[in-house]
Amino acid sequence: MTRNTPILRVENITKSFGGNPILKGVNLSLNKGEIKILVGPSGGGKSTFLQCMNCLISPDSGKFWLEEKPVDIFSKKELYRYRQQVGMIFQDFNLFDHLTAMDNVTLALRKVKKMDKKAASTRAMIELSQVGLDDKTKLYPAELSGGQKQRVAIARALAMDPKVLLLDEPTSALDPDLTGEVIDVIRNLAKKGMTMVMATHQISLIRTLADEILFMEAGTVVEQGSPKGLLVPGTRSQGFCDKLNSLSGEGI
Amino acid sequence: MSPFFQELFEALNRGLVMSIALIIPSAVGGVLLGILTGCLRAFGDTFIRKACDTYAALFRGTPLVVQLFILYFGFPNIGIYLTPYAAAVTGFILCSGAYQSEYVRGALLSIKKNQYFAAQALGLSKFQSIFWIIIPQAMRKALPGCGNEIIYLIKYSSLAYIVTVMELTGEGKTLATEYFRFTEVFAVIGLYYLALVSLAILALKKLEKAVHIPGFGKG
Repeated sequence: MTRNTPILRVENITKSFGGNPILKGVNLSLNKGEIKILVGPSGGGKSTFLQCMNCLISPDSGKFWLEEKPVDIFSKKELYRYRQQVGMIFQDFNLFDHLTAMDNVTLALRKVKKMDKKAASTRAMIELSQVGLDDKTKLYPAELSGGQKQRVAIARALAMDPKVLLLDEPTSALDPDLTGEVIDVIRNLAKKGMTMVMATHQISLIRTLADEILFMEAGTVVEQGSPKGLLVPGTRSQGFCDKLNSLSGEGI
Repeated sequence: MSPFFQELFEALNRGLVMSIALIIPSAVGGVLLGILTGCLRAFGDTFIRKACDTYAALFRGTPLVVQLFILYFGFPNIGIYLTPYAAAVTGFILCSGAYQSEYVRGALLSIKKNQYFAAQALGLSKFQSIFWIIIPQAMRKALPGCGNEIIYLIKYSSLAYIVTVMELTGEGKTLATEYFRFTEVFAVIGLYYLALVSLAILALKKLEKAVHIPGFGKG
């Protein structure tokens, strides 16, 4: 696959809740290895857009292509297959509360990919080591810190070999001293060429990882471009980042 | 021991065996039926949900005695003949299932939607998500309520004697009438039930401990 063939493409995603339009026709095309970052004020539709992208919230309209093959999201079988290939990381981790870190990772390997127990554990162990948690495999979510939970969630998503990873504000529910460990994991993923769409307010991630920034407000993408092109005085994105900056005191 | 008490314990032990034979399948059946209808009431399509709601309303809304009378004395009119034992167990399962479904439904609805989303995002089907993620969590939350219902069941199993099943209460009442010694007989029967319930409480505590997971309930 060449770098110019979109690995995931969505077109004209719309969604209303109770007559309120939240997404007003959002498009996104993602090449292999590309990282796109969604920024913008809360309520702008970033989270809804990400959840629509793997149909956790079913969009009112919209078309999906995975590796240029159209995806029929109304066919359950196709939708389940599509979701296996599009991983999702949530703001509040959403680990399965009744399963150990290990079982959180192995469950989908066994039930969806139909791997046997041993193969699934081996695979899970690899992913958990990657995120630095090989000594925490037997702990339950309630026994893990927020940062550790999010790293388990990342290991769980990666074990499915997703072609694309969607990240919905992966660090925003974490204490400042725990965001670092999650950011490191995300940086590592980027280094390995993982294709990602991420909503985040983390300036350092926006600036250093983004191939493209999409500034979303009131359900549409109002600005779109590379960090270099977009993070210049006068743009909405720069204005927004300045605000984030003054809040976090982080230099940009 | 006086011949009266000898006869009493013989009769009550016989009754006890019958009571246990009523309680165990009714408890197991009630829990299973409760889980099934609880899930359907929480996640089923509109029609199925309404049907299960109606079942629960019907069996929670009418006295168990009436249900047993209909099963045993009424059903022969439409050509269904149940033995006293079958009528009692059927009635107990249906009644217990209706109550259990309420505990199960409440617990299912208390599991955060995010757990379901996370399962869906990994490609699990709706059934798999409910079966592997929602139900295991919900059952841990429902356990105290479901256990409570089993304890009720142990006691309302005494109603089986009105459809002529000779269980603990039935055996006792026969003897009490024969000797006209109601106080002693029913006091002893009470102790038998107390022992049964205490055993059940112990077993349920053990079960709660066995399935305990950090983050669910106390500890």
